[in-house]
Amino acid sequence: MSIDRHETNVRIDPLSGVSTTGHEWDGVEELNTPLPRWWVWTFIATVVWGVAYCFVYPAWPTASGGSEGFFGWHSRAAVEQDVAALQETRAPILQKIKNAPIDTIEKNPELLAAARTVGKVAFLNNCAPCHGAGAQGAKGYPNLNDDDWIWGGKLADIQSTIEHGVRWDADKDSRSGAMPAFGRDGILTPQQISDVADWVRTMADVPDALAPEPAGEKVYNENCAVCHGVEGQGNKAMGAPNLFDAIWLYGSDKPTIVKRISQGGGGVMPAWKGRLDDTTIKALTVYVHSLGGGQ
Amino acid sequence: MSTAEFAPDGDEHEPIVAPPHKVYPKKVLGEFRRIKWGIQLFTLTVYYLLPFVRWDRGPNEPSQAVLLDLQHRRFYFFFIEIWPQEVYYATGLLIIAALTLFLMNAVAGRIWCGYMCPQTVWTDLYIMTERWIEGDARDRIRKDAGPWTAQKIREKLTKHFLWLLIAWWTGGAWVLYFADAPTLVYKLATFAPGCGEAYMWIGIFTFTTYVFAGVMREGLCLHMCPWPRIQASLTDEYALNVTYRYDRGEPRQSVKQAAALRAKGLPAGDCVDCGQCVAVCPTGVDIRKGASLGCIQCGLCIDACDGVMEKVGRPPRLIGYDTEMNVKRRACGQPAIYKPIRARTVLYAALIAGIGGFMIFTLATRANLHLSVLHDRNPLTVKLSDGGVRNAYTIHVANMNPEPRRFVLEVAGAAGAQMEAVGAPRDAEGRIVLDVGADQTREARILLTIHGGPADRKPLPLEFSMREIETGRSVTARDAFLWP
Repeated sequence: MSIDRHETNVRIDPLSGVSTTGHEWDGVEELNTPLPRWWVWTFIATVVWGVAYCFVYPAWPTASGGSEGFFGWHSRAAVEQDVAALQETRAPILQKIKNAPIDTIEKNPELLAAARTVGKVAFLNNCAPCHGAGAQGAKGYPNLNDDDWIWGGKLADIQSTIEHGVRWDADKDSRSGAMPAFGRDGILTPQQISDVADWVRTMADVPDALAPEPAGEKVYNENCAVCHGVEGQGNKAMGAPNLFDAIWLYGSDKPTIVKRISQGGGGVMPAWKGRLDDTTIKALTVYVHSLGGGQ
Repeated sequence: MSTAEFAPDGDEHEPIVAPPHKVYPKKVLGEFRRIKWGIQLFTLTVYYLLPFVRWDRGPNEPSQAVLLDLQHRRFYFFFIEIWPQEVYYATGLLIIAALTLFLMNAVAGRIWCGYMCPQTVWTDLYIMTERWIEGDARDRIRKDAGPWTAQKIREKLTKHFLWLLIAWWTGGAWVLYFADAPTLVYKLATFAPGCGEAYMWIGIFTFTTYVFAGVMREGLCLHMCPWPRIQASLTDEYALNVTYRYDRGEPRQSVKQAAALRAKGLPAGDCVDCGQCVAVCPTGVDIRKGASLGCIQCGLCIDACDGVMEKVGRPPRLIGYDTEMNVKRRACGQPAIYKPIRARTVLYAALIAGIGGFMIFTLATRANLHLSVLHDRNPLTVKLSDGGVRNAYTIHVANMNPEPRRFVLEVAGAAGAQMEAVGAPRDAEGRIVLDVGADQTREARILLTIHGGPADRKPLPLEFSMREIETGRSVTARDAFLWP
């Protein structure tokens, strides 16, 4: 059975009938099994396919841009085609949204579902960076799910805010309203600011509020009530928030309130008219309104 | 005499799977061949004709008895209609199928492989076609070894053409399960636009049928199919298998020698070593070597051996459905025992009956209505200006009936909660009413507001229910009310 390995390394394995490669480790020999023919042909076919692919499709960079491929296929053109096809599919329902008065959309289940879908996509693409993916807001950026609206929560109010923005100088119809910097500009003393902050927190039932300060109420009535109202209910025309409710845009802790009174000012939102088409803004309005806080 | 002497060739170097050699199965006639023809005719008829069986489901519903409507996400199976959220019925069917396979295996070995497996059925059809064109095994071996003559070329071309034709028809029947069969046949025949996908699938199934049944044949059973490996661990000593009764057959010898021995009153083996059992085997197995991974238990070797036994004047069933244990028992002079009812088979049968019964029960009692509730994740809770807390939910209602239905939405578990549905006004009685069209799904956004609430701020378990006004039937879905 055994052949002298120094003479020839080729040995036929008695079990499989296949020749060995001559490599042997501790008595374990490697069989010289050829690759299956189908495997080799598949491999050659993939090589041919790969080379052909490089010519059929754009592949080679050249000085002027790149090879065009035999059929002039282009990924950008393919995307444009897909987008056009998509727009064609969506056109009928978008047309219906466009034609329907905004107050009637929520009463029609089909239009409501479509507007919410279109609006949600627009929201995620444009609004989510500030207001959050679920419109949950953040410090300084209002939560759109709740019922507290600085500039009004009716459909028309929301639409107007989206179209023209807030304190957006480039749009003359933009929402505008300025809170004076009571501290920075020296209108109130630090003590007065501290007193009025305590009084507002008490009126708003903030859990750790101190006992009411009569001095704070006086400061409030003389300086704040003109915009925020005697009852603290705010004023939507000038974007003065309700101060005596449970919702706080920047936070309800005393240092935050003191800082807002001292520095004044307010947040900015871009005007979207012109950036988004009217139908998208309409759908966006319905989406925001239907989040739950719409009035 | 001990049984060990009669044990099949104990060649320890026998490879588990033999290196490939071309198998030329010989034609055979007999009882098992007839059973095989019968089952083959039945299974192929069912496969090719089932898509054309009609089933009236009323207007706007497909009238095909078995239809996998992927486009509209519905499966139709006679009177059963499956929606996407009910695919567990398909899971149940698969579990029952697996258990049935186990049961068949425990009772009678790999009869699935031998008689009903599509690979066997189509391979048999292909071998039949091959035999019809090129002749029986001996002719084919001779022709394949010989030079290429005009006749050989003509025969080969005819054979492959017929094979492709069968493959094409097979692929064609497959796509009919996924669309209205008569319409699709008409569209395919007239090259109507929009059938590209159907042509592609027909092409794929034509190719695979041709390769599997024409080229690979037993190779698929030996090298690709997992079942022989699994089967080996499921079978036991009571399972009936195609078995060579070596206690009766060994030692092999010529008819003359055996007659001479018997004349002297000495025992003689019945096997005449004619090799017919090997010649007719579609997987090239020698059953006389014992249970084998390659044996698909189609019983054709039984027919071949019975034919020979009849000719040499010995009793039939030298090869037959028997258990390994019985062969050994007979060799030791003990009576054979058959036990189809035992713990294993009873367990499989009970599981099949249990799962099947449960599926039938749920199918019969399902509300044809489905409700799912999804809690808003972002934000989880909303604080309102008056201190109230609101949770928002998206509900999906699926009306699986072919007529529109009207439902009332209610919620239990949150005392004092106010419920609102965006876009769904309340009716005169103050109920939230949702209309869902025939065979449709509707989505609604539900807002639940609670003022006050429990002091411990533990999530409140809720139960949403959707009650049909007309019948009072309802479905429920659970969720929870969370606090900031």
